[in-house]
Amino acid sequence: MRFSALALARGAFSFHGNWPQLWRSPEPKRRYDVAVIGGGGHGLATAYYLAKEHGVRNVAVLEKGWLGGGNTGRNTTVVRSNYFYPESARLYELSLRLYEGLSRELGFNIMLSQRGILTLAHDSHQLKMLARWLNAMHLNGIDGELLGPGEVRQWLPLLNDSPTARYPVKGAVLQRRGGIARHDAVAWGYARAADTLGVDIVQNCEVLGFLREGERVVGIETTRGCIQADKVALAVAGHSGVLAAKAGFRLPVTSYALQAFVTEPVKPALSCVAVSMATGAYVSQSDKGELVVGGSLDLYPSYAQRGNLPTLQAVVAGLLELFPCFSRLRMLRQWAGIVDVVHDSSPIIDHAPVKGMYLNCGWGTGGFKAIPGGGLVFAHLIATGRPHPAAEAFTLRRFASGALIDEGAAAGISH
Amino acid sequence: MLRISCPWCGPRDEPEFRWGGEVPVLRPGPPEAVSDSAWAQYLFVRDNPKGWVRERWVHAFGCRQWLIVVRNTVTHEIRATARLTEPLPEVTP
Repeated sequence: MRFSALALARGAFSFHGNWPQLWRSPEPKRRYDVAVIGGGGHGLATAYYLAKEHGVRNVAVLEKGWLGGGNTGRNTTVVRSNYFYPESARLYELSLRLYEGLSRELGFNIMLSQRGILTLAHDSHQLKMLARWLNAMHLNGIDGELLGPGEVRQWLPLLNDSPTARYPVKGAVLQRRGGIARHDAVAWGYARAADTLGVDIVQNCEVLGFLREGERVVGIETTRGCIQADKVALAVAGHSGVLAAKAGFRLPVTSYALQAFVTEPVKPALSCVAVSMATGAYVSQSDKGELVVGGSLDLYPSYAQRGNLPTLQAVVAGLLELFPCFSRLRMLRQWAGIVDVVHDSSPIIDHAPVKGMYLNCGWGTGGFKAIPGGGLVFAHLIATGRPHPAAEAFTLRRFASGALIDEGAAAGISH
Repeated sequence: MLRISCPWCGPRDEPEFRWGGEVPVLRPGPPEAVSDSAWAQYLFVRDNPKGWVRERWVHAFGCRQWLIVVRNTVTHEIRATARLTEPLPEVTP
């Protein structure tokens, strides 16, 4: 079912007691053409584009916990495409363009708010680097503007611009099309759309191992029985290495906890997303009024979905350097997601080293913004066996060939 | 907050330390005999285990010595620390 003003009015007559479930919770079938492991944004988007673009409808999405309960529900909801290298710009721009039409396409309000994202420079060297980054963005066809200190002050009136500020602001790069979206709605919208096209979304279904026939993976052993699958697609972010080990190979991936926190809600105080690499903090204000704050990784590997206190303190200290007035706010919630960091901070969308298996991982700290694009190119790879033109560079063999796409800086936070 | 027992300084708080990667990772050689894929394995590919792992840390804001830490990546429990000159502690899952 799709939402509309008419459906809303009809629902009102029954006191909103008769809304149907948005997707089914079917028992898994014995066999699927494609089994996607991971019911987060990337997995659900992959299933949706497999069904919609490639007509592959005998598809299952297997999720260990609940839908969108991993990194899709644990990010800071920022979307942008201000990347440095042409390969990344193409992929993330594809994703941002899909985001721009996604509410209409899915019939589900993802609350995309392109309120602008400002990356701040605190000294002249950072300003020169930002200018170079902006030039690269323009060459890649991505919109962006360089702002002087006066313009930054207009965008961020609460910013600490006193002459004695530890981090004076020298300028900023603005991408107006960047912004935030409602993360749960992205997962729910894709889930409903995929379910409508016949995709089975199976929650509480943990993968225990893989069924092999010689070299080839032919199915999955799960907590809800064995499932045959012609193709098995991994979209499990921080747990990519764990599933790779079950399938008998290793990946150039290290799993870290990346935390975020929100303050108590306040009236509108911040109209855009502000990123400050020097202080290691970035912040936006949600529609509920909470300040959503993120920063550096916890700098040692972890599978615990909670962050450590030293990193939280460092990020908050950075935030308060920028916005001293936020010191009065109390933190409401804090959490962490397990992110799959690779050496060049760029994704891997490729065939796995075992036949019949496909990889979508390595998004690291920036997977949310890439959900529509990542799903589209991954579905293309699974359906056709060939990489999508926007994802040709994001192979596993680039680590041996040396053709790395080092987006450590554009990834936005310290690694 | 981790509390890591430095073999030289005793128990100290996490911000004094820096993580330095899982061990053992052995450099292949001789260089002219190492294939690109073997070199990529050495540089980039790791076990990245969920559970017990042996790793190298440096007491960067203390004695600046390197040490071995046996740590659980799920619970963050630290079972043992050792000097680099000692035998590598065994890990049993």
